[in-house]
Amino acid sequence: MTQDFQHRQAAHCESGVVSSLLRHHGLDISEPMALGLSSAITFAYIPVVKLNGLPLIAYRMPPKYILRGIQKRLGIKFRYRKFSDPAKGMQALDDKLAEGALVGLQGSVFWLPYFPEDMRFHFNAHNLLVYGKNDSGDYLVSDPIFEEPVTTNAQDLQKARFAKGALAAKGLMYWIESMPAEPDLAGAARKAIRMNAKMMLKTPLPFIGIRGVRFLGKRVGRLDKTLSSSKKIKLYLGHIIRMQEEIGTGGAGFRFIYASFLQEAAELLNEPRLVEASRMMTAAGDQWRRFALETTRMCKGKNNLDLPALEALMNECADTEAACWRYLNEII
Amino acid sequence: MEKDQVPQDNSSTYRGAKKLLYAVDSDGRYDTVTSNGWEVEEFVTSMAVEDLREQAEDARQRVLAGETSPIEYYMYAKRMDVPALALATGLFRWRVRRHMKPEVFSRLSNKLLARYCDAFGIDISTLKSDLS
Repeated sequence: MTQDFQHRQAAHCESGVVSSLLRHHGLDISEPMALGLSSAITFAYIPVVKLNGLPLIAYRMPPKYILRGIQKRLGIKFRYRKFSDPAKGMQALDDKLAEGALVGLQGSVFWLPYFPEDMRFHFNAHNLLVYGKNDSGDYLVSDPIFEEPVTTNAQDLQKARFAKGALAAKGLMYWIESMPAEPDLAGAARKAIRMNAKMMLKTPLPFIGIRGVRFLGKRVGRLDKTLSSSKKIKLYLGHIIRMQEEIGTGGAGFRFIYASFLQEAAELLNEPRLVEASRMMTAAGDQWRRFALETTRMCKGKNNLDLPALEALMNECADTEAACWRYLNEII
Repeated sequence: MEKDQVPQDNSSTYRGAKKLLYAVDSDGRYDTVTSNGWEVEEFVTSMAVEDLREQAEDARQRVLAGETSPIEYYMYAKRMDVPALALATGLFRWRVRRHMKPEVFSRLSNKLLARYCDAFGIDISTLKSDLS
């Protein structure tokens, strides 16, 4: 069993896993830091990629982006392994655990029995840590989005690791091989913010960043012309909010976590203007929450379904957030 | 969002679990707070779960009427659609759709059925059993 491992709950799986791994290896960085340093917050509306018939709407970068981002920015060496044979994949995990390593795994939420039934969907890119095995051969799992560590038997864990489908994990496991002597956190934060602002404001594609928010807004404004029933419209709107609320973001689609990062970065860089930027990002998060609240009121029938009003609300999200990114672009 | 505004709506979808959120205290400092649910999230999650449940029930009725095979029922019951099931079984979509014809389903080899069983996490006798 991995010595002295401390479980800590996080809002999001990948940033939580990265934060816990680094802390275990002596670099105590928070979850918001992991998200911020890897420039992992975004907005993307990609209608050609479908999930159960609904378009991909993402509020953060694709899976493994945080791992790779941290690796690059801080010079940490991660090792990754995938397997075609599940039995070999489980053996390799056991071997690594026997060495006393803290191992990260990717897996499907659907096959992890400790998840509440209503949250078990076929999302294959969930991240969790394994820190040992108990006497009955079950794995000791630190799943960052849960309050306490859990245990999982080998059969379920294997099923979760080797589930096929979109974003299939193929048994992916990873661990830290070596840490840098003195990582330059301040420099990394500066670069990460700059890159993130550039992506949000200047990606030359209409469906990414702030332009993507307005693009989706336009689509929402005319859903009654593209979808045939009010039920379909409600499922579409519900889908936007489900993606926005993906595990512990408080309905803000990662904006509050990023705002917390900006506050930490203010101290790190000794740059008080970042506190103001953090306040602006919080305002953007609050705006996203308002959108979620108003949309569900309409779906529940408490208020009349008013699509142009929702489009206007979404454009306000874009405005509030764009103001923050432009400010960041100016000061960093 | 301020810490005292973090919703504590005891959502049934959480099954007693708590999520961690980031919110500001009265001085504007960020901190973490656990939440036992938010009405908004509970509503949209339940809507998605309910939609899949309805599709599964509809498919079950059609299995009983001899219009489709149990593969369609289990696909929805296990929260998938045709593209997802095709990926999970490693079959082409058109084959998955074809296997939903009762007369084709009844002739499928155990080897092929096993691929579906693996994707659904059930055994062959369950897949073949009566759904009434």
